[in-house]
This record gives sequence, C-alpha cells and structure tokens, in this order.
Amino acid sequence: MLEIKNMTYEIQDNGQTRTILSDVSLQIEKGKILVITGPNGGGKSTLAKLLMGIIQPTAGQVLLNGEDITACNVTERARRGLGYTFQQSPRFKGITVRKLLELSAGKSLTEDECCQYLSEVGMCAKDYLNREADASLSGGEMKRIEIATQLIKDSEFTIFDEPEAGIDLWSFSLLVNTFNHLKEKGDRGLIIISHQEKLIQMADEIMVLSEGKITKKGKADMILDPTKCKKMSC
Amino acid sequence: MELSQKAKNLLKTIADIEGPIEGAYNIRSNGKGIERFSTDHIKIVSKEDKPGMDIIVEPFTKKGSVHIPVIITETDFSDLVYNDFIIGEGAEVTIIAGCGIHNSGHAKSEHDGVHTFKLERNAHLKYVEKHYGEGEGTGERVLNPTTIIYMEEGATCEMETVQIGGVTSTKRETEAFLEKEAKLIVTERLMTHDRQEAYSDMIVHLDGEASSAQIISRSVARDDSIQVFHPIAQGNNVCKAHIQCDAILMDHSKVRSIPEIEGNHTDAQIIHEAAIGRINDEQLLKLQTLGLSEEEAEQVIIEAFLE
Repeated sequence: MLEIKNMTYEIQDNGQTRTILSDVSLQIEKGKILVITGPNGGGKSTLAKLLMGIIQPTAGQVLLNGEDITACNVTERARRGLGYTFQQSPRFKGITVRKLLELSAGKSLTEDECCQYLSEVGMCAKDYLNREADASLSGGEMKRIEIATQLIKDSEFTIFDEPEAGIDLWSFSLLVNTFNHLKEKGDRGLIIISHQEKLIQMADEIMVLSEGKITKKGKADMILDPTKCKKMSC
Repeated sequence: MELSQKAKNLLKTIADIEGPIEGAYNIRSNGKGIERFSTDHIKIVSKEDKPGMDIIVEPFTKKGSVHIPVIITETDFSDLVYNDFIIGEGAEVTIIAGCGIHNSGHAKSEHDGVHTFKLERNAHLKYVEKHYGEGEGTGERVLNPTTIIYMEEGATCEMETVQIGGVTSTKRETEAFLEKEAKLIVTERLMTHDRQEAYSDMIVHLDGEASSAQIISRSVARDDSIQVFHPIAQGNNVCKAHIQCDAILMDHSKVRSIPEIEGNHTDAQIIHEAAIGRINDEQLLKLQTLGLSEEEAEQVIIEAFLE
C-alpha cells in the first residue's frame, strides 16, 4: 500500500506563506487505480511530486507498505518501487529512445522487447529506437516515450501526471487499454492525475483536489453518480 | 620494436590499437617513426625537408584505411610534424589520427601537428582524431593541431575530433576550402577539467556552387577549465551551412561560444545556433525516477552528450 498522511505543502511567496496543499491524505493498494482530478492549480501535480520525493512536504508523511519514506530522495523511492511520469517530458541530447528504455529496465533490451513497450503507446520501435530523445521529437512523441519508460520499469506504484496531454486519440485509446491491462495483472497500483473522462471512469477511487484540499473522495461510482452519495463529503 | 605498457595503453586509447593494424599505418613515438606499413594503394613516405610524411591514396581506392597515431611518453619533449594527405579521385578512405601524451615528469610535453588534406574530385574521407593526456607528474600535456582541407568538386569529408581528457592546453586551427558540390561535416567533442584550456578556431570557405557544411561542437567543461569556440562559415556561393555549438558548464568552468556566419552571396543559406548551460535539473530528475543516483544520472547525461 502507498499512503500519504496529512500532507501539507507551503511555499514562501513575496514574504507571505502560501498553502498549496492542506492536510491531504490518501491510500492506494496494488492493482488499483486512483484518479486525482480537479480544477487547474488545485495542487494535483504538487501532490504527485511530493509522492515521488521531487519536493519535500512542510508536514505529513509518505508511507510505502508501512515504511515511512518521507525522507527518501527520488532515487531511493524509485529503487523502492515508485515510478513517475513527467507532465512535460525532459529531452536529452545524445540519449536515444532505446537507451532511455534500457536505463528504465536496468538492462540491455532486444529490439523485440523495446517494440513490445513502445507499441503499448502506439509507437513503432523501428522508427524511434535509434533516435535521440531530443527536440527532433514532438511533444506527443516524447510523452508517449515517457510513459513507455515507466511501463517498462518494474514499479509497485506508478504516478502518471496527465498522461493524456499531447497525445492523439488513437494513442490515448491504446493507453487506456494498457492501464486496464495493468489493473488486471494486479501487480501495480496506478495514481493518475487526469481530467479525461475515460480515465476517471476506469478508476477504483477518485479524489477531487481543489485549492489544495480534498473536496471529494470515494469510490468511483459514488463520485460520478452523486445520487448514490449519502454523505455531505461527496 | 617492443613498446612499453604505457605506450601500448596510449595506442589503445587514442586509436583502439591492440595487435595487428589493418591497412596502411605509421606509428610515431617520442618524435621518431617506429613502425610503418604501406599498402598497394596507400603509400606513406617520409618528407625530406621537414619532419612529417606524405600519405598518398591512389584514385578509386575503395575502403582504404590508414592509422597514424602519435604517442609521447617522455617529459620535457616537443614534437612538430607536417603531414600532407592526397586523397585521389574517387577514393574512399578512413584515416585514424590521434595523439596521446603520458607525462610523468614536471616539464611540459607537447605535440604540434599540421595536417593538410587535398581531396580530389569525388573523393571521400573520414578523418578521426583523438587527443588524450595522462601522467602522474605536474608537467603540462599540450596538443596543438592545425588542419587544412582542400576539397575539389564532389568531394566529401567527415571529420571527427575528440578530446577525451587529460590535455592541459590545446589550440586547434581548422580551415577548409570547398569547391562545387563538396560537402564537409565536422563533429568536435571535448571534455576539459581541472585548469585545462581549449581553444578552437575554424573557418569553412564555401566557395563552390552547392557546397555544404555542417559543424557540430559538443563539449563539457568541469572544474576551473576554459573553452573557447569560434567556428566561421563563409558563404561565397550558392551553398548551405549549419553551425551548432552546445556546451555543458559545470563547477567554475567558463565557455565562450562564438559561431560566426558570413554571407557573401544572396543564395548562401547559413544557420548558426549555440547553447551553453548546466545540466538541466529535470533531466537529472527524470533519470533518478528510473533509479539512477544523481551522480550516475550526471555521468549518463555527459557521456551521451559527448558520444
């Protein structure tokens, strides 16, 4: 299980303290999908970065299978089984797509193995493997490669920050299939930050984050159909 | 002639030589030619009026190969050579040059080379030059290469220069003259550290119609080292040229990148771009999310950038 307990994140802005996240808690089990949604600027990407250790919280904890990993850095969390996809994928001069996939897998890969993961995001290995992951690739291509690097990584939990951004509808359909497949396999928990209806509908649990606070949280069917909701918290 | 282990290591590093060498070759060690071999189609002949060689590749030679490494293993040593290369019409040849200095003493060791190439019509040359320095002593390791290339109609040249570390100071001068439909690609890769200094001046004269040039420089500067690049593309006819200089700055190093383009014809199309900066934090983070430590991520980025 991956948990966040009472997480708060504040920044200093022109001498004033600004609260980006306030007392946020969540849990996710392996084999489940948690979708975090909400208006822009609500703190969703900040929450994703806190989970991965890219930034440190002002207060609160991150626990992985009961172990407090709050003080762990990005590398340590990655080695413990967390994965993360960037909203805007960094580009590299000199590093090929193949090299990125191999770094993620932690070993050399055959063309067939690379093809298997690239095809899950709608890309043909032959066209991309030896290309540098640099400015010559479009934003959508980089995004799909970004996702492929996390699919290939053997993570217990993977955080996807707006995986739909910049990719075409056909590739998005493939991505939805991939997420369903991962869910069926049951060995990975997915935390997906998204505004996409299809992804929200496939979630086991939905969390709505607005102005740094959870405004709704619960099973997908309860969030999506308010008539089923019996509590004011929905 | 039996070489010391130091010498063998240098040959391996600069020219990947271990055992028999394919094609024509000349090995120069501490100012003397110690081994030479010419083939049926590639002749290596010593100059009579000054130190150096003439290397003549017969016209229409296919898949020719020449190795001309230079190694210095003595301290307080200075070496200057003039090598002239004639690549015959229609010939295809790869020339692996390079210089390695092992300086265990406290005085300077230096090698200066002036290489002049004449590529005849439709000749194709791939020229690779690796520079490397090492040694326990405080003596400087200095390498100053000058390369002049004359390219006749339809000739193509790919020039790769690599400085992989340990060179205290280098001043590189390169000049190329391109006739009609000649094509030049230059790739310069450089790593400096400590207080090393590297200066590179280059000018490409695009004199012939439909001549083209691409110059790419990638470098990493660490510690307190200094690098200055000044490549110039001079468009004197209908031509195309692209200059790109990218450098990663680390620690307290300094890099000056001065790509210069000169248009002397209305149909000269010349582009330049330069970027200098530290390793991007997001690049490091991305590799860390794959399980690499920050140091490992930095190493991967630098190696890939220079590859």
